Amino acid sequence: MNSRLWRATSGILVPLAALAFWQLLSSKGWVNAVILPSPMQVLTRWWAYLHPLDPFDPAQGPYWRWLLSGELPQDAMGSLYRVLVGFFIGAGLALPLGLAMGYSKLVYGLFNPLIQVLRPIPPIAYIPLSILWFGLGNPPALFLISIGAFFPVLMNTVTGVQNVDSIYLRVGRNLGASRFTQFTRIILPAATPYIFTGARIGMGTAFIVVIVSEMIAVNNGLGYRILEAREYLWSDKIIAGMFTIGLLGLGIDTVMSRLSARLLRWHRGLEQS
Amino acid sequence: MGAPNGSSHISIRGVQKVFRTGGQEVAALKDIDLEIAPGEFVCLLGPSGCGKSTLLNAVAGFSLPTGGTIDILGAPVTEPGPDRGMVFQEYALFPWMTVEQNIAFGLQIKGQSKAAIRAKVDELLTLLHLHDFRKRHPKDLSGGMRQRVAIARVLALDSPIMLMDEPFGALDALTRRNLQDEVLRLWTELKKTILFVTHSIEESLYLADRTVVMTYRPGTVKRDLRITLPRPRDVASAEFNALKKELSQLLMEEQTRHNQDEFRGAAVD
Repeated sequence: MNSRLWRATSGILVPLAALAFWQLLSSKGWVNAVILPSPMQVLTRWWAYLHPLDPFDPAQGPYWRWLLSGELPQDAMGSLYRVLVGFFIGAGLALPLGLAMGYSKLVYGLFNPLIQVLRPIPPIAYIPLSILWFGLGNPPALFLISIGAFFPVLMNTVTGVQNVDSIYLRVGRNLGASRFTQFTRIILPAATPYIFTGARIGMGTAFIVVIVSEMIAVNNGLGYRILEAREYLWSDKIIAGMFTIGLLGLGIDTVMSRLSARLLRWHRGLEQS
Repeated sequence: MGAPNGSSHISIRGVQKVFRTGGQEVAALKDIDLEIAPGEFVCLLGPSGCGKSTLLNAVAGFSLPTGGTIDILGAPVTEPGPDRGMVFQEYALFPWMTVEQNIAFGLQIKGQSKAAIRAKVDELLTLLHLHDFRKRHPKDLSGGMRQRVAIARVLALDSPIMLMDEPFGALDALTRRNLQDEVLRLWTELKKTILFVTHSIEESLYLADRTVVMTYRPGTVKRDLRITLPRPRDVASAEFNALKKELSQLLMEEQTRHNQDEFRGAAVD
């Protein structure tokens, strides 16, 4: 078999087979359509979910805004907004603390015991407290998401700073760099591969937490929508929502890894040198 | 630079270095006296464990001696400084900076103007034949090229003294000879004082005005040999090989002591 053709097509074989099997289950009537709707039914529902509710009216605003006025785009944007804001709060707090803990043994000694106790608590376990403290809506969701993003970024930043090769610091001292220059021009860039790894893990955690938090505290977003659909027994909408969550997660992770590959071009293959 | 006339660029007097490891004291350097004149090219030669890198690190200011004094340009060493740039065996280029950024780094620290930095970097890129590689990152360079960049980074400091810690130890023979010639050319052109650590007899004879052979632990000066062979030196000549034989003899004695130590399980490095 032509290897190029094989490579181009092999990736869709298993998904197609799964789809065919799914279609078979529904069309033979082996499974109740409320439990498992057919692929076509899900796709139709997905389209309706995606489609704007009202017809296009130029008086209401530009075309692209109308295109995004459907329920799905609104939910996706709501989830994305919470992920990003929560992530930047969590990572924004973790980064300076992580840099300080990695750089100074004193700061590390002061904070590490508390961090070690708090770190194993899953963000989900903060749900009761978050509702008690912040009520419902975005605040508790952002609180939970930022906790999810905080620890991966913190731990990786600490490790990154602690693992800066001492020879770089010796070169810096030899060239006459001040402590400030050492920190900004040597320690910080040397630690970025670790920091980026932490950011990527933190973003992944934030994405998990956003779905959960929307299920309990918010009344829009993808997590909210699939839970709402369950109450009406709309299994087609649940599945459509789940695929949307999957695609959005994939998109976020792709952006993160592209971004870090681009910013860390100098780092690729460095281990072999 | 402002070196006192006629006096040494590097003055090492009665230097001792004692390391404490696990409650035990190991004397790495003992009673080292060395005067290195302006423009002199001096090699420190010895087996591993003789403390030649320890001595270089003391001169660099990374690890100060436990006794004695080291003066650079007449002032005692208290910390590392750009008046004695160092070239490391591991290159130690900043991998996140391009070639030109690496070279410019020391100049930025000095607070020079953008235009001055640019001119200096251009000059060094030309001097070390690095022009085509200025935008590359270290990972995209060969070992020899990386070491050229490391040398350029030190030359950018315009320091009168250059320290080199087995800079060509990791390179293949041809690249190594090539860079040795390059260092000799730069040394002649720029009139630097160079203190160069190596474990290669041939390298020290090819390069140095003086080769200082050190003893195995504790490191002392075993022989301070002035090499008067005219440059460029012919490594195949009878005179060169006579010196090589003489130094081999000296080095073997120390190597034997090192081996005996190792058999006793006492060698710590």
